[in-house]
Amino acid sequence: MTLQGNAVCLGADIDTDVIIAGRYLRTKDRRIWADHVFEDLDPALAARMKGAIIIAGPNFGCGSSREQAPVALKEAGVVGVIAPSFARIFFRNAINVGLPLMECAEVRCRDAAPVSFSPEGGWVEVGGVRHTATPLSDRMLDILRHGGLVEYWRRQQ
Amino acid sequence: MSTLSERILGAPAGSFVDRAVDRAFVHDGTGVLTLEAWRRMERERLACPERLSMLFDHITPANNSTTAALQAELRTFAAERGLHFSDIGGGICHQLMSEGIVCPGEVVVGADSHSCTLGAFGAFATGVGATDMAAIWASGSTWFRVPETIAIHLEGRLRGAAEAKDIALDYVRRLGMDGGTYQALEFLGEGAGSLSMENRLTITNMAVETGAKTGLFYADAVTAYYLGEYGNRTLPQAVGEGRYARELTLDLDDLVPLIAAPHRVDNGAPVTEFEAVEIDQVFVGTCTNGRYEDLARFAGIVAGKKVAVRTIVVPASRSVLLKAAETGVLSTLIEAGCTVGPPGCGPCLGAHMGVLGEGEVGLSTANRNFRNRMGVGAEYYLCSPSTAAASALRGAIASPEGLA
Repeated sequence: MTLQGNAVCLGADIDTDVIIAGRYLRTKDRRIWADHVFEDLDPALAARMKGAIIIAGPNFGCGSSREQAPVALKEAGVVGVIAPSFARIFFRNAINVGLPLMECAEVRCRDAAPVSFSPEGGWVEVGGVRHTATPLSDRMLDILRHGGLVEYWRRQQ
Repeated sequence: MSTLSERILGAPAGSFVDRAVDRAFVHDGTGVLTLEAWRRMERERLACPERLSMLFDHITPANNSTTAALQAELRTFAAERGLHFSDIGGGICHQLMSEGIVCPGEVVVGADSHSCTLGAFGAFATGVGATDMAAIWASGSTWFRVPETIAIHLEGRLRGAAEAKDIALDYVRRLGMDGGTYQALEFLGEGAGSLSMENRLTITNMAVETGAKTGLFYADAVTAYYLGEYGNRTLPQAVGEGRYARELTLDLDDLVPLIAAPHRVDNGAPVTEFEAVEIDQVFVGTCTNGRYEDLARFAGIVAGKKVAVRTIVVPASRSVLLKAAETGVLSTLIEAGCTVGPPGCGPCLGAHMGVLGEGEVGLSTANRNFRNRMGVGAEYYLCSPSTAAASALRGAIASPEGLA
């Protein structure tokens, strides 16, 4: 799969409290999470998530294990996330809810630049410049192709 | 020889393994999405209900009707399916799992990032998200990448007013918020052996604040004695010469009380650099520092005096509260002017029971001081229970040196 979108640049150590604040967690309504995504970082960001590929600094998704964080991003229209490193629970959660993401050490972000990336091919392209990224494992790719772990499990029955 | 993680997971670092889990738990927050994902997986039965726990701690008692309805659904499910269940007032999931349930060598998975706490028993304990947990409910197992390990050698012994929380704040500031990502931390050395089980739980609790998958102490006589009190017989784990990705030495003899300043957990420095920072509220509790020893140390300092700022104390579990009541610690806290909350997470996650307002400054024994987490526009400093006590008396950040 090759994914395409427009870059939204974020800094290092973006924690899951900032992605979706604790005060919005007690609901099953995914739109609420999407509407309030990144609210405490920059309330204007939620409107820019449709078709976005987030390019962030190291340790994206650190902190709480809340799965509402990758769900909020996906529900808001985020195509994928690229960062030099991810907090491991966020990384697993993103794959499990069908949000593609990749580790890429060298990528430089330019806000709104066209971005494409391939989780199988192991590359990220920003504004026409291609960078090497860490490909996902076969199992993670399989889960992503199913759209997440729930669908993956349903097919395994 | 292998690291403790490699031994428990049965494969060298870097391997991917599927492992049956010995204990798996959710709380009232992550349980909601876990149940939803599990239902969507359309499995008839839970693979091993006897290994599953559901422990209410995050917003307990419920703060509104929406939360109450979500909790009611979980409560009914737990009863129908025979899960080990703890309702409001029972306490924090990690604390309850530490009260005689988790044993050395086990694989323990919790739907909460601070599940690494239970590595204090020499178990491989880590946090997962809700959908991973749903798959564990369905299959009884999950996959792991066996982590590389950072060895943290604790030399010497704690002296003066420094305590376990200061060890935690020290290794977090040295490693940084992503210094342990994808890795495990192992706590070794003479200093590790000298620490009580409660102290060890405080230290492993913050492993995830470096990004680490878990933090482990080797089971020893201290572990065996603690678990023996709950009727569990355990054997010590031999400390071998593992192959470590990195080694770090902390000299406990020289350690002083520390503060993690807003808004980063790795933003640590000696308390003395923050003295006179005025505070609006002190919060003592959480899976980091809500245990009996923590409350007793805090009470020992405020005994016979009055706190100068509003001070919230939340015991980590019902048994902690009960012990505090039996020993007089509870009445000491109340007489000093503290507000005592029901066992659970309290205001730590920023949902209820002590959230700060815009521009307010809080001092907390919790593990996270992320921007806006415990109140939009507020600032939170992290510290030990002793530092919290000295500061509560003054109304400003103060060192506990000479008070403890």
